[in-house]
Amino acid sequence: MANTAHAHAAEPAGETRRDFLLYTATGVAAVGGAMMVWPLIDSMNPAADTLSLSTTEVNVAGVAEGSRVVVMWRGTPVFVAHRTAAEIEAAEKVNISELRDPQKDEARVQKPEFLIVSGVCTHLGCVPLGSKATDPKGEFGGWFCPCHGSQYDTSGRIRLGPAPKNLEVPPYKFTGDTTVLIG
Amino acid sequence: MSTEKTRLQRIFEWHEARLPLVGFIDHAVGTKYPAPKNLNYFWNFGFLAGFMLLTMIMTGVFLAMNYTANIHMAFDSVERIMRDVNFGWLIRYMHSNGASFFFIVVYIHIFRGLYYGSYKSPREVLWWIGVIILILMMATAFMGYVLPWGQMSFWGATVITNLFTAIPVVGKAITTLLWGGFSVDNPTLNRFFALHFLLPFVILGVVFLHIWALHIPGSNNPLGIEAAPGDKIPFHPYYTAKDAFGLGVFLLVYFSVVFWAPNMLGDPVNYVKANPLVTPASIVPEWYLLPFYAILRSIPDKLLGVIAMFGSLLLLFVLPWLDTSRIRSATFRPIYKILFWVLVVNMIVLGWCGAQHPEGLPLILSRIGTFWYFFHMIILLPVVGWIETPKPLPASISQPVMAAQPAE
Amino acid sequence: MRKVLFGAVAALALSLPLAAMSAEEEIHLPKQEWSFNGVLGKFDKQQVQRGFQVYKEVCSACHSLQYFAFRNLADLGYSEAQVKTLAATYEIQDGPDDNGDMFKRKGKASDYMPKPFANDQAARASNGGALPPDLSLMTKAREGGPDYVYNLLLGYEDTPPAGVTLMPGMNYNKYFPGHQIGMAKQIQDGLLTYADGAPNDAAHIAKDVTAFLHWVAEPKLEARHDTGVRVILYTLLFTVLAYLAKRQIWSRIEH
Repeated sequence: MANTAHAHAAEPAGETRRDFLLYTATGVAAVGGAMMVWPLIDSMNPAADTLSLSTTEVNVAGVAEGSRVVVMWRGTPVFVAHRTAAEIEAAEKVNISELRDPQKDEARVQKPEFLIVSGVCTHLGCVPLGSKATDPKGEFGGWFCPCHGSQYDTSGRIRLGPAPKNLEVPPYKFTGDTTVLIG
Repeated sequence: MSTEKTRLQRIFEWHEARLPLVGFIDHAVGTKYPAPKNLNYFWNFGFLAGFMLLTMIMTGVFLAMNYTANIHMAFDSVERIMRDVNFGWLIRYMHSNGASFFFIVVYIHIFRGLYYGSYKSPREVLWWIGVIILILMMATAFMGYVLPWGQMSFWGATVITNLFTAIPVVGKAITTLLWGGFSVDNPTLNRFFALHFLLPFVILGVVFLHIWALHIPGSNNPLGIEAAPGDKIPFHPYYTAKDAFGLGVFLLVYFSVVFWAPNMLGDPVNYVKANPLVTPASIVPEWYLLPFYAILRSIPDKLLGVIAMFGSLLLLFVLPWLDTSRIRSATFRPIYKILFWVLVVNMIVLGWCGAQHPEGLPLILSRIGTFWYFFHMIILLPVVGWIETPKPLPASISQPVMAAQPAE
Repeated sequence: MRKVLFGAVAALALSLPLAAMSAEEEIHLPKQEWSFNGVLGKFDKQQVQRGFQVYKEVCSACHSLQYFAFRNLADLGYSEAQVKTLAATYEIQDGPDDNGDMFKRKGKASDYMPKPFANDQAARASNGGALPPDLSLMTKAREGGPDYVYNLLLGYEDTPPAGVTLMPGMNYNKYFPGHQIGMAKQIQDGLLTYADGAPNDAAHIAKDVTAFLHWVAEPKLEARHDTGVRVILYTLLFTVLAYLAKRQIWSRIEH
């Protein structure tokens, strides 16, 4: 580097133009290099086939009242719970001002008897227990995450433990009385 | 320049005192590397080869993120890269054509060395390392070509691995070991992928040795005479600028092929999924291996053919001693200059023969070509070195350069 | 330097007769005009859509198109609703369901074109032992590319030339390597009526379906050409600047 500077100093005539040329050429090369890197980075984003597969259809007719099933959506579990009247009531009567992530139950369901939430704990991504009849469901009758002890209620809201947010509600719609399209 | 140092400069100097990273680069390809001032554009190709190695590693790593090394999924995963992965088509075409351009650049680099006698004392070890890089490149390219698992991938792999069966006694066992089975199959593909990923980094390491070995004697030059200190200029900015321009011209050609003729250098048959029951009408390796393939097929004996093929490469290791002339540059060697061009034509003819069915004219030509290659290397080079009367050498680089107009 | 360059060019020129010799045996394929050729070549979307109709109504009876997904049609100008409607006309095997059985359902945009035969054996059994190849890469998998496919489709001759005995079940084709092909002549004048009313003589049909197949084989061709022009222009700019900078720098010393 130093030598270049000396060379410049030794020959002041035309220096401005030379510097301009050098800087422009270097700049164009640097920008070009950066532009070649973008395709490489972008190739790591979801590919067209991955994006097109991002819906899952579920038939909830087979989910008995009081039971829960787990379905796959985008490679992660989604909990589908057919809630009992007691579970719905418990979820609705909670005073939301006491919640860490205040959300009314009706804002989290489309049909009160079916709760559809992502099965990924908002703490660090484990799958909470509670979908099988024999699973521990935690103090609030919802889900219990075995990794760090987060507890969710019958609306999938965080009630106890380190998780900061409620279980996420994925985009979904009822395409028939008992068929749900997630995604 | 003021003597007062900015904070940034002081941090830089603190770091350089502990690990002179910038100084290392500066000595390798910067202001601290004095290079002869008369290097012509053929000296660009070393830099271009380094550039292509990095391009291949970069594109290759990102391809590997989307590739599946399993015989049932490899072909499909490559098509997924071409169709669904963002810019996958670009990365793959840059990689597949990049292999060809890497070889074009390296072959020109090698023939430049042959013409200007860059392999001669004191650069023998530099030359050896170069030959090692060439052999590693061939192995890497061959295994890379197997990965898409097309018809030519499969049958190329079958033919080349079968070469090892020519080795007496242990040949069969070696081949079984290479395959991990009794034919080219899933274990073969899997290990070829692992090696294809590994070898480029080995090449990168050997390239560092190549550059290190270059810096002991310094660059040769078109006149082949020792460059006096006064005839040297710092690599940066003179040759970095020259290489940058050369890179631009090279990229124009490379990109033209990538964007408008990406399948020109490939074989259409490789867009058909591998089928172990059907051999394609003719099995040809990629163009850069054709001359050696022609040497292999020119000899009717299996073992001798394999020996001749590997021998033609290994012979390059002793080239510095086969050439008995102490004059480096062909510019001052009237007979060698002719022989050099005959050898170039010979290699092109051999390459052509390698793509034809080994019968009739191509077979005759490939036998003549094979004979000539070895005759050139083993007989002509030593003999010409003894009998040739070289033209008078210039006293220094400046003398002829100043007499004539710039040679570029 | 100049002399060496001259030598290199001469060496290449000397080798040219070889290239001519190797071309001797090949079957001559009459070259066609394709909208996708050339520096800025693009697919003629109408033509490719017509070709898709030909594939659907004729080729798909025997030939699969395994890398073609219905969602790809969006690139041809189909709307999302059109793609969904079209996909829904196909039955896709899915499963297993909760009882462990495979079942049929309507196609979705993300589904791939279903194959005409369950497996290669079934395909051979229905085609006199010959396997109709998958067509998704056909224009790239044959020497001559789209020109080959086009000429092959039209290259049938009802009576083989004198001295050629056809094997049973084979057909004579001028452009097929070996001239004996399992597939019978398919493309004829008026074979189908196009939705857009375009000419439907044999030559046009062959051309349309070939254009479609090339689109399926190389769906990123337009993106490639577009990106290519930009990259080349940018590289050209860099090369000129690098040359000027190099000249400036080298003007400091005598060389």
